[in-house]
Amino acid sequence: MGITGCSNWRMRFAAQAIVLLYVPVAALADPADRSLSPTNIFAPVSTPAHSIMGLSLFVLAVTAGIFAIVFSLLVYCVVKFGKPVDDNGREPPQVYGSNQVELAWTVIPVLIVVVLFLATARVIASIQKAAQPRNAIRVVAIGHQFWWEYRYPDLKVVTANELHIPVSDPAHPTPTFITLLSADTDHSFWVPRLDGKTDLIPNHPNSMWMDPQLTGLYLGQCAQYCGTQHAKMLLRVYVQSRQDFDHWVAEQNQPAHTSAPVSEGQHIFETTACINCHAVSGTGADGRFGPDLTHLMSRETIASGAAPNTPENLRRWTQNPDSIKPGSKMPAMGLSDQQLDAVTAYLATLH
Amino acid sequence: MATDAITTLRADTASLPFVVKLHEWVTTVDHKRLGILYIVYALVFLMIGGVEAAVMRIQLIRPHNNFVSPEVFNQMFTMHGTTMIFFVVMPMLFGFANYLVPLMIGARDMAFPRLNAFSFWLTAFGGILLYFSFLGANGLYGDGTAPDVGWFAYAPLTSKTFSLGHSTDFWTLSLLVSGFGSIGTAVNIIATIFCMRCPGMTLAKMPLLAWLNLVMAVLVILAVSPLSAAQIMLAVDRYLGGHFFDTQAGGSAVIWMHFFWIFGHPEVYVLVIPAFAFASEIIPVFSRKAIFGYPVMVAATVCIAFISMSVWAHHMFTVGMNANANTFFVLSTMAIAVPTGIKIFNWLATMWGGKIHFKTPMLFCIGFLFQFLIAGLTGIMLSAAPFTWHLGNSYFVVAHFHYVIVGAILFATFGAFYYWFPKMAGKMYNETLGKLHFWLFLIGFHLTFDFMHIPGLLGMPRRIYTYEPGRGWDTLNLIVTIGAFFQAAGILVFVANLLWSYFHGETVGSDPWDAWTLEWSTSSPPPVYNFAITPEVRSRRPLWDLKHPEDPDWKYEYMERS
Amino acid sequence: MSTQPALISDANITWDLPPRGRVAMYCLISAESAIFTIFVVAYLFYVGKSLTGPMPKDVLHAPIFFTICLLSSSLTIHLAVSSLKRAKTSGFPLWWFLTLALGATFLAGTAREWHRLIYNEGLTIQTNLFGTTYYSLVGLHAFHVTVGLLAITTVLLFALLGYVRQEHAERVDVLALYWHFVDAVWVIVFTVVYVIGR
Repeated sequence: MGITGCSNWRMRFAAQAIVLLYVPVAALADPADRSLSPTNIFAPVSTPAHSIMGLSLFVLAVTAGIFAIVFSLLVYCVVKFGKPVDDNGREPPQVYGSNQVELAWTVIPVLIVVVLFLATARVIASIQKAAQPRNAIRVVAIGHQFWWEYRYPDLKVVTANELHIPVSDPAHPTPTFITLLSADTDHSFWVPRLDGKTDLIPNHPNSMWMDPQLTGLYLGQCAQYCGTQHAKMLLRVYVQSRQDFDHWVAEQNQPAHTSAPVSEGQHIFETTACINCHAVSGTGADGRFGPDLTHLMSRETIASGAAPNTPENLRRWTQNPDSIKPGSKMPAMGLSDQQLDAVTAYLATLH
Repeated sequence: MATDAITTLRADTASLPFVVKLHEWVTTVDHKRLGILYIVYALVFLMIGGVEAAVMRIQLIRPHNNFVSPEVFNQMFTMHGTTMIFFVVMPMLFGFANYLVPLMIGARDMAFPRLNAFSFWLTAFGGILLYFSFLGANGLYGDGTAPDVGWFAYAPLTSKTFSLGHSTDFWTLSLLVSGFGSIGTAVNIIATIFCMRCPGMTLAKMPLLAWLNLVMAVLVILAVSPLSAAQIMLAVDRYLGGHFFDTQAGGSAVIWMHFFWIFGHPEVYVLVIPAFAFASEIIPVFSRKAIFGYPVMVAATVCIAFISMSVWAHHMFTVGMNANANTFFVLSTMAIAVPTGIKIFNWLATMWGGKIHFKTPMLFCIGFLFQFLIAGLTGIMLSAAPFTWHLGNSYFVVAHFHYVIVGAILFATFGAFYYWFPKMAGKMYNETLGKLHFWLFLIGFHLTFDFMHIPGLLGMPRRIYTYEPGRGWDTLNLIVTIGAFFQAAGILVFVANLLWSYFHGETVGSDPWDAWTLEWSTSSPPPVYNFAITPEVRSRRPLWDLKHPEDPDWKYEYMERS
Repeated sequence: MSTQPALISDANITWDLPPRGRVAMYCLISAESAIFTIFVVAYLFYVGKSLTGPMPKDVLHAPIFFTICLLSSSLTIHLAVSSLKRAKTSGFPLWWFLTLALGATFLAGTAREWHRLIYNEGLTIQTNLFGTTYYSLVGLHAFHVTVGLLAITTVLLFALLGYVRQEHAERVDVLALYWHFVDAVWVIVFTVVYVIGR
């Protein structure tokens, strides 16, 4: 059995392995680089996300250390203990075991596990056992196939798909506590810069909290497979200054804009099956199966982030939802071009 | 000499008509033939599962791609996962166990040859039933018909309300059927090992492959049964109007998850422990040293199996269990890292001070060691529950488990293919093609699965048929897809090697590797009765004792009893 | 390097390994225990969680007589196997038949109870969580009893035709082991359904 190649070959193998490792690490060279991705878990802006990152970096450091040691041993073995070119054909000394060595490499991993476990237990407690302060913003999020319903029980707001919450000052925190429910199958709420994900499971209420310290728009998406359009159940969380948030709440509390006499579009909306699924407060439409449309035009996107909220997209969506989100639960209503124009014009008034 | 009788036998069978040979294969109860049937079956499904993966990777090569519809994509990831676990890796490992265990313990066949055949055909039929769904069911949202609920089929997505037609039923029934086949094989392996060892081979003198397959079989019995129970419950819900997982009637979606993962976690140890077995046989032979620390290797494996029954809910960290429950599962999951790490050290210590021969089986085992180390470490990262609150259900997890299943298990299995191919076929494989396979597959594997970790860290969840641009995922997905093509090339080279070597390879004798366990004392391939005279052994390496009568193992082994 | 296929040691070892039928039956029992455990866990988890419909304490009457029948059948099967081992060829078919009769009585009792529950109390597998878990758990057990009775009937037929002799005692004992398992499961199911669950 001849050996293939000389020690150069083994060196190349080792070098290749090191290079293959370096590249992904280099890609993460600046974990806090927000331009790398708006959904980077290493760019936290909220306390739970910060805690998780702290723990993650600690665990990464420990595992990187273990890797460095064991990998070096492997490389050393491969490089040093290859069959020599001038092999004399005798077997090397047979070593069946060593009590001391085996004890050492049992005890040390046990100690590492104890340390990692204690660090992890602390973070779990700090996030899951956090008390809800009285000034917290309470939101109830209900997952649907394939959109998000948001209700603010204290602020009497009902909206869909775009969540608005106030920024939280670290000195006087105003966190948002979200109760997670589901109307159909399992979903999961994951906005990486704000918090780890928590699932929305029917008949199993969950809760999560976040206290973002920086205003802005934070992105995410559903993270538990829920059916055909799981991929387009996107999340948009608008963290606003307290003033802007209060202004938004006030607007959401207004009843729907309506004209007198009722527009043709509103008439079509209320006499076709639209009102079976959709609600527009202050009118006869009170369907709960689809998103509340009272303040549809206050949202930047439609179809849970699948398309920007423009009149053209609104018209396309109403005409045939499958053209934007094939497999979504809204049926094509079979409206004529004229009816579509009228309904789109009506929807465009729902600020 | 015995070899003459064998060559005569081969000459006779070579002239039989094809239909008769086919009939012999279909009605065989010989463990060696059943082993090969299992392995060939698994290879065919490996290619089918690979095509499903390729379809997904092409769809994900850039954002908002239109290669396949969302319905088809969702069927692809469901079928890919189900196929690879139940109809590729499990049959492959059962095949090797079937072939090798009786030979290595000096037995004539498995304990129950007809049960063996029955179990194989159950598994085979299960796979065909699953794939019939492409033709015969009516899946979620109409067009396309294979199951599309994900390989773990979470409730209530699988209820009649959300899963119209029969696609989910094909998933349930095909896995129930093949699950019974798996339990049958496991019973057979356990009975064989306990009841059919040759004289002198106490449990402490069995080859590690036999020990590890014993542990694997016990895990199959304890783990596949809960899945069968849960699937019966799902069938009751779907067909008899039951409410096990019906949240509208007060049922619980979470209890499906518990039942599934009580199966699902030990299942991954069912998959990896035979891979450990391959490494534990190949690394010593190609380092020319006995395995370091045999008793601890056995004890560590038993510990792993035991602890693996208590870690299942680390797949459910995001489900909303309370802090105490989460903390418990963190502890048990981190604990299992200890015996697992010990095994890696033992393999390294086996190589240490040896004379390593870098043949294809050993190359794959070195790849196994490197990749299993990384996979274990990403597993430790995930065991820290808050980290999983981000990374659970993301591409980081997908990268982690593919690192284990492809990087560790498949690499070790390729090593096993090359190591035992000469024994099974009587011909040596082509070493150059073997090395080409190794390098192509290594490059492809790392391109795909190293880079796949990063989209997870950047917020990309799994099971999405497309993704948004501008999240930093685009280039990474492109690289991941390119790697898939290198892997495909490697597999093609592998299959070509198997076929070419079977017909044109150099004929080998009984012991081409100068190895030490009983299977190398028979001819290549072995006669149907395995051993003309039942062997008697005195140590863990009976052939070492024969080759080194001045320095036999039984003078030095631990736990030696006269 | 060629090696002899046989390695003869100079020590005369006594080599006693367990019988494979018994080992296989223990494995089967383990697998079945795992399946039953999951059904029992589901039953216990859902106790008290039904949203509607008949509740256990309203409709369940503990089947004491039929339980005694089933548990006695464990005794009779043991006596049957003992007499076979001691080659008491008359004892075996008698006790064996008694086992079959007691087991069949138990099944008849279950059938009667189900008839009453379905037609008089309106409890089906679809009614509520209690109905689903009850019929599944008791039904799974009844299925195992049925399979056992079919096997026992087959052996009875062989016995009546004179084919079962003393040398088959070990194999018949393996079947008896399965039967004892079925009875043990009933003890657990009875406790969970008629004691704890009410």
